[in-house]
This record gives sequence, C-alpha cells and structure tokens, in this order.
Amino acid sequence: MKRTFVAGLLSTLLLWPLGAQIQNQPDDGQWPMAAKNYASTRYSTLGQINTSNVASLKLAWTFSTGLTHGHEAAPLIVNNTMYIVTPFPNYLYALDLTKPGAPMRWVYQPDPEPSSQGVACCDTVNRGGAYWNGKIIYNTLDVQTVAVDANTGKEIWRTKLGDINLGESITMAPVVAKGVVLVGNSGGEFGVRGWLAGLDAESGKIKWRAYATGPDKDVLIDANFKPFYSKDRGTDLGVKTWPGETWKIGGAAAWSWISYDPTLDLFYYGTSNPGPWNPEQRPGDNKWSSTLFARRPETGEAIWAYQISPHDMHDYDAVNENILLDLTINGQPRKVLAHPDRNGYLYIIDRATGEVISAQTFGYVNTSEGVDVKTGLIKWNPTKQTGYNTVRDACPAPPGVKDWTPSAFSPKTGLIYIPHNNLCYESQATQANYISGTPFVGMTVRMYAGPGGNRGVFSAWDPVQAKTVWSVNELFPVWSGALATAGDVVFYGTMDGWFKAVDARNGRELWKFKTGSGIIGQPATYKGPDGKQYVAVLSGVGGWSGAIVSGGLNAVDGTGALGFVNAMSDLGKYTTKGGMLYVFSLP
Amino acid sequence: MPYLKCRNALCIACLLLAACQRQHRDIRPSPTRLAIYGDAAKEDALRPGGRVNSQPVVNNPYNASAYDISEGQRLYNWYNCSGCHFNGGGGIGPPLIKKHWIYGGEPANLFDTIVKGRPNGMPAWGGRIPEYQVWQIVAYVRSMNGEQPRSATAARLDTIQTNPQTIVNRTTGPTK
Repeated sequence: MKRTFVAGLLSTLLLWPLGAQIQNQPDDGQWPMAAKNYASTRYSTLGQINTSNVASLKLAWTFSTGLTHGHEAAPLIVNNTMYIVTPFPNYLYALDLTKPGAPMRWVYQPDPEPSSQGVACCDTVNRGGAYWNGKIIYNTLDVQTVAVDANTGKEIWRTKLGDINLGESITMAPVVAKGVVLVGNSGGEFGVRGWLAGLDAESGKIKWRAYATGPDKDVLIDANFKPFYSKDRGTDLGVKTWPGETWKIGGAAAWSWISYDPTLDLFYYGTSNPGPWNPEQRPGDNKWSSTLFARRPETGEAIWAYQISPHDMHDYDAVNENILLDLTINGQPRKVLAHPDRNGYLYIIDRATGEVISAQTFGYVNTSEGVDVKTGLIKWNPTKQTGYNTVRDACPAPPGVKDWTPSAFSPKTGLIYIPHNNLCYESQATQANYISGTPFVGMTVRMYAGPGGNRGVFSAWDPVQAKTVWSVNELFPVWSGALATAGDVVFYGTMDGWFKAVDARNGRELWKFKTGSGIIGQPATYKGPDGKQYVAVLSGVGGWSGAIVSGGLNAVDGTGALGFVNAMSDLGKYTTKGGMLYVFSLP
Repeated sequence: MPYLKCRNALCIACLLLAACQRQHRDIRPSPTRLAIYGDAAKEDALRPGGRVNSQPVVNNPYNASAYDISEGQRLYNWYNCSGCHFNGGGGIGPPLIKKHWIYGGEPANLFDTIVKGRPNGMPAWGGRIPEYQVWQIVAYVRSMNGEQPRSATAARLDTIQTNPQTIVNRTTGPTK
C-alpha cells in the first residue's frame, strides 16, 4: 500500500516537475491517446525529421483496413505495437512494429449492430482509442465501450451505454483520467439527450453519468459549481431554458474531445448543438448545449461551465478541442485552455475559473459581431438569424470555421496549428417532427465556399497576441488533424489526398505525398524499435464533408448530407474512397 | 378545317382524360388495396450471368396521380424520410435519385423496403405508416427518378424558398 503510494507519488513528480508548463508534456516517443497527451497538444519532441531533411521523407510501409467509410482515427503506438480503430464495424488492428512491414498481430472485431449505421449523422466514423494499463479502450458506433487486452487482442470488458433506437451512437475517442474512462454520446441530429459518462477503467462499470440537459442533479451540478459569468448561474437551467419538456430531446451530445489537467484535477469538454436545428421550436438559451464544461473525473461533478453559443441557431456546437497551455498574457502567468470554436472565435479561457481572456475570430464570420469578455455573451447578428425566414450568406456554415478536426500546439514556436474551413450557407427552417431513432433537424441547408473561393485553410495562431501568424489556403475543407513536431515540421492532410509537411514558422510547404484517398485522419509520430522517427496517417475520405464520396451521394441534391453536398459536389473528381494507413520515415 | 377541329377536340379529350388520372384521388382507400402487400414483392432471384427483372406482381395503386405524389412528398418530409435521404441526394441514408438500387427500385421493392426496413440502418415502418401512405411515398420516390408522368410530378424541395411567409406561418417571433 505504502509502496504503491510512494510509486504513485514518484511517477506524479516525474510527470509533473515543479513549475513545468502544462504544454511541456513528458514524451517517450509513443502515442498513447488520440490527442497524444492530456493537454491535447499533438506535439512530439521527436526531431529527427526536421525542416532540412523532410523533403526526403519516404513511404516506409502501408496497411489496408479493407473499409471504405471515413477514416478519422489517430493511430496509437504503444510498446512497439500500432493500434488502428476503423470506422464501422469498428475493427481494432494491432500491427507489430518490430518486424519488417509491420505485419498484423491480431484483429479484434466487436461486431456492432449494423442498424447503428442509420443513426450516424455524418458517416460511420470513429476517432480512435486510448491506451490504459495494458488495455486499448475505445467506443463502437452502437453505443458501447470496449476494453481489449493490448497484448492478446482478447476482450476484457464491454459496457453498453445507450440505445441506438433513441438515436444515440458514439464516434469519439475516449480519454482515461485517474482510472476513469470518459465517454460521451453522439446524436445531436437525432434528438438525443446528451451525456458524458465515467467508467471504471478496470471493470467497465459506470461510475457516473452527467447529462447536459435537465435538472441540476442530472447534470451533476451541486454547491461546488461556480460558473464565471452570471448568465450561466441559476438553478435547473437545463430545464428552464427550454420550452416545456423539450430538454428531453434537446441534443447537447458530447461527441468530441476531452482534455485533462491533473494539477487542477479538472477535465474539459464541450457539448453539441441543441436539437432540433430549427431554432423556432426551442426559444431560450437551451442549456447546456454548445457549452464548455470543467468536471472532476472521479465524480463527474461540474466545477464550471460556460455556454459559448447560447440558443445556437447554426449548429455550431462547442465540441472542438481544448488545448491546455500555461501562458503569460499581459504580463500575467495564466493557466488557460485554447478552444477554436465552430462559431469562428478562438477562445482563450482561464481553465481554473472559466473566464474568457480573449475571443478573436480566426476566419470569416458574419453570424456574430464579437464576444464580450466582461459578460461572456456572444453578440449574434440579427440579420443572420436562422428560422422559417430564408437566410443567405451566413458565415460560417454549420461545420463552422472549424469542425472536430483537432489542432496542434508547438511549445517551440508557441503557435497553434489549425485545420479549418471557409464555408458559408443559406438555410430555411422547416417543422421538425420527433420520431425516435430518426433525425430531428428541421432545416434545409445549402453550403458553399466562403470569401476567396477556397473551402479550406490551414493556419497558425498566436494564442498570446490572439492573431493569425500565417495561413495556407486549400481547395477543400481541411478535415484532418494536425501534428506538430520538435523538428519544426507540421503535418496535415487534405481531402484530395495530399499528406503535407509545412514549416512550423511560416507555413512553407516542404514535402507532400499523394495517398490513395482523401485524408481526414489524425497524423501521429513515434520512435520505432530501430530508433527512427516515423509519421503515420490514415487515408480514407468520408466524414460529414466527404460523405458525398464515401456514401455515394447524388450531387444533384445540394441539400444532401445536411447541405454539405452543395459545397462538395466536385470531390468525386479528386478522390475515391478506401481506407489505408501510410507510414513514412527518412531513408 | 374540320380535320383540325376534330384533332383539337381529340386533343382536348386526351388532356381531359389525362387530367382525370392526374387528379385522381382515393378518398377512402379500399380494403383490397390495403391488403395487397405481403411477400408478393420478391427480390431478384439469384441468377448467374446477369440481371433478370423477375419483378413484380404488385403495382402501386397510387400511381401517376399528382395528388398522391404530392401527398407522398408531404409524408416523405413528415415521417423524416428527408432526415436521412434529404431531397433524394442522400446523406445519412443512401441517395434515392439513382439507377442502381440495392434492394430493387420497382414499386413493390420500395414498398417492402419501407415496411420491413433494411439491415444497415433503414427502420421498419410497417405498422407505423398506413399502407396507402407508404404507396404514396413510393409514388413520390419513383417520381424523383422520372418514373412518373411529368405532368403529375412535384418539384423537389431542394431549393430555399424566397418568400417563405406564403407557405408557413411563423409560430414565434425572433428568439433573441
């Protein structure tokens, strides 16, 4: 007991040297969770591949997943094994990195219900798993969490967390903090009631579940809940900010990223859009949709919340990643989180209190006219309010200036590297009928390219100065993750299939490789058993933006895929579907 | 001149007849029509060497009528078909404007698909949507592919209305 305690203390001290900035995470050259580390920096201290030699980067080996839906996952690399979670049917492949060509060690097939494909709003994607204590833990589309022995591929436990007949599914990558697996549901387009659950990592037993709508006791709000802004204070706001009992089908799912600060013992995540999209059916703030939460991992207890987009009229959600940084802002050391939101603002928020330090646009925005950091309120533009009236040229479109596509942060440059969109849209609401297990949207949407005509951007953001340092335009929305390295090389992929390396300091293209399909996966890097640095990425177009190709949609109907088809009608001329892992190294 | 007159009369008669069909509506669907479905709508038999259209014994009793097609369109939205298939282009579910159907595109196949569901996400609507309404939805889906007389086919709703107040009443004022 005592020894465990001392060992625990020792490892804590090793992990958290006194005075260290949270962005300077320990790095053993592996990639144990989708975001690389709890701070979600997606930064590797490996620097073998650098700006002077990346031009000679070569393909080392490949691996076909045999599947054709969107591949959004990050490969995990632990103990000389690479783990790949695929889209539905959610296979888990283990590849042996000690042998030439990394042959398959085993494949685990969880056999999710095929009908779950009918409740996946935006392709049947999965964003990856997490390694914890000899296990790979990940989620299946049919609302289960599974733990698989990382060595043998045998299932250790599986827990059913929800019901596809209520429109629920899971696509997110779990995070394990303090032995608690954090998992949230998807289904903001299906009238679900959003939740985030904590499971015991050893047994899979559900320890707690925090709903995002309903009375405080369901949201796990108690006396310790201290939102920074008065707009977020009050009793049972998850009920009172909705008409009647519509909070029961109000969305606010937790389908995306989770970060964790072990020192403050808080984890951070955002909730999705309220349902239905049609805002006229739900007057009010619709709490706690499109909200950032800070909670304790062991109890789920909410410590603070900040509703980023009250009465979200544009499907903006608040689910994007929260990168944890310790920065000096205006001469003051601040513990912050950086949150590039779909609504177009990059929020720098005090992660202990929920105070917004700055919120500046990182792309073209006309649906709002600024965020007041004193009140925390976003100023919506009344002429771009959606509803039964037609609204045109509203920017950004529902996928936002940036969707789930995770950014990276380099402590060397101090910059955040953001894959994002440049999309506007027109819309008209229709009456949405709630039929359990079917979509609950009520909005006819058509998206198109924003100002300039390029649909995607990859940019570098200075979180202290709150401004863009450089940006690269892309033809299609940049729907991949970003990866930053100590070699000052930043990697990302494009929907027309290019995997690119750019200079972290100026965005100059240093290298690129054309993969077999469009890239919407999250790149990762690791040190192989031979001591060499490798970079890995899944290719395989799909997701919401790529559904036109992966789902074989008909471009004649621009309203298809919630209006994304209109903006992507030419994607099929640039890429075809098919999942393949690509791994690169220097010769 | 008399010939022309005669031809005009014939044309008018034809138009009137066509219009009869176009405007045909069943006020109270007859029980026989409701009992048509069952396993009569078979999927293609397994035949090596090419597609054989062994279809179908059942015809849609709600065919070619503008009333039924427009009812089908209304119901297509009402029952959330549009939630997954949008205005025919697809999204969550596959597109419905297409040549090659996984489970057959004849009226009987479509009827079966709607009533019984399909394994990869299509819910089974049997017992939830009255059968005559299923047939009306089938008629509308067929019309998206040009499989109904053009004179009876409604426009798809894949454009944004310019003046929506003429078709919907606002239920609330601006919300914020």
